[in-house]
Amino acid sequence: MYPSDRKYTKNHEWVTIAGGEAKVGITQYAQEQLGDVVYVELPEIGRSLKRGETFGAIESVKAVSELYCPLSGEVASVNVELSEHPEAINVEPHDTWMIALKLADSAEVEALLDGPSYQALIG
Amino acid sequence: MTDSAQVLKKTSLHGRHQALGARMAPFGGWEMPIEYAGLSSEHMAVRTAAGLFDVSHMGEIELAGSDALDAIQRISCNDASKLEMGQAQYSALTTPQGTLVDDILVYRLASDHFMLVVNAANIGKDYAWVSEKIRSAGDVVAVNSSSRYALLAVQGPAAVEVVQPLVGIELSELKYYCFANGEVAGQRATISRTGYTGEDGLEIYLAARAADAVWQALTDSGKSVGLVPAGLGARDTLRLEAGMRLYGNDMDENTTVLEAGLGWMVAWEKPEFLGHEVLRQQKSEGLARKLIGFEMVGRGIARPGFSVLVDGRPVGRVTSGTQTPFLKKAIGMAYLPVEYTTVGSQFKVEIRGRPINARVVPVPFYKRRRS
Repeated sequence: MYPSDRKYTKNHEWVTIAGGEAKVGITQYAQEQLGDVVYVELPEIGRSLKRGETFGAIESVKAVSELYCPLSGEVASVNVELSEHPEAINVEPHDTWMIALKLADSAEVEALLDGPSYQALIG
Repeated sequence: MTDSAQVLKKTSLHGRHQALGARMAPFGGWEMPIEYAGLSSEHMAVRTAAGLFDVSHMGEIELAGSDALDAIQRISCNDASKLEMGQAQYSALTTPQGTLVDDILVYRLASDHFMLVVNAANIGKDYAWVSEKIRSAGDVVAVNSSSRYALLAVQGPAAVEVVQPLVGIELSELKYYCFANGEVAGQRATISRTGYTGEDGLEIYLAARAADAVWQALTDSGKSVGLVPAGLGARDTLRLEAGMRLYGNDMDENTTVLEAGLGWMVAWEKPEFLGHEVLRQQKSEGLARKLIGFEMVGRGIARPGFSVLVDGRPVGRVTSGTQTPFLKKAIGMAYLPVEYTTVGSQFKVEIRGRPINARVVPVPFYKRRRS
């Protein structure tokens, strides 16, 4: 369910890391909790984010949830497809990234959860 | 234990909701089903076929006695004397300031026997309020019978088709805001042509112990038309599309009946009722602010509590707001100073620090086609 090709956060985000860049999305568990996603608010490219900082918001019909940056870095790109098709997050949460970050401190990666730890967290 | 560990009340269908895999959450002191298969699909089922809701959390306060009508006339703003037996009416319990203690349905069960249907979160407050206000009203008693009743709502264009095979009465003869006593699937019930979704529909009042059997019978009967169980999440988006106000969000003890846009249910011809002086004054002098409907022009969803800005200045607050599944628009309601309330007027809603354009539109946002 929670593949080992990536890391996870307690805020129910996943992170894949390749060549100093991290892509961030939300987990299957998170999309189930949210229900039908209707809007995703993403940051501007070039914005510098600190770990734990709010970088956007994801909204379902019934609620809004803030998105927290899992690692410090600069926004290198955002998934523009989400403005037209936010429902992709419900359909394929683990294949639908939201932002890509140019990492400021690769040591921060150590603090993220692996698949089994995340699975244990959500029970 | 934390504050949130307060004991929540459960309806007689609680076990069934759990068996159906509903997401449960606290609402008005009750643990209620928020959604089953998903809010959007439930919302669409009600607009196109039918949905089955457990709304047993709603409260029922009965008033009986030869002075019951006079008492109701004094504590509510609509004209209950217009009700024949078998008719219901939307009204409000009003404060001396013309604001809302609660919005209610008044059912005339008999010439001297009425039932007020009240919001779940207000049952205790309303019962205390009504009891106190009728103390010197002569021959009338108030009884809180909320725990005796379950309430099921079948809502949607196929609602009559779902319920008709289970009842003896001819539903095509039951007009909007009328009700009849009879049986549903062999259980004594009061069947009312009312609802909170903007669709045709029926609400069924019955003994709490009978609710599970009737839920099952309705589910079976509804299979062929696509009836689905629907939660309070869809109920909220459906009522908002239909422009129906939600007590606690869109109106409360700080908003008058007129500010809430409910002047149509004030019986001005009544010589007096609680708050009538303030309402008559507001009517003649005009309002300072009122509730409007809006839709977002820019991207973003307005949520309750967000600030409304004009020229960068906060002038009001969003009271309800969502992205609606049927209209597929971000809509909402807000209180604004009257000078900004003309249909078409633009303003901004502050969404997480960003001002996003919105415009005033007519309410209801959605109106069903009447057959």
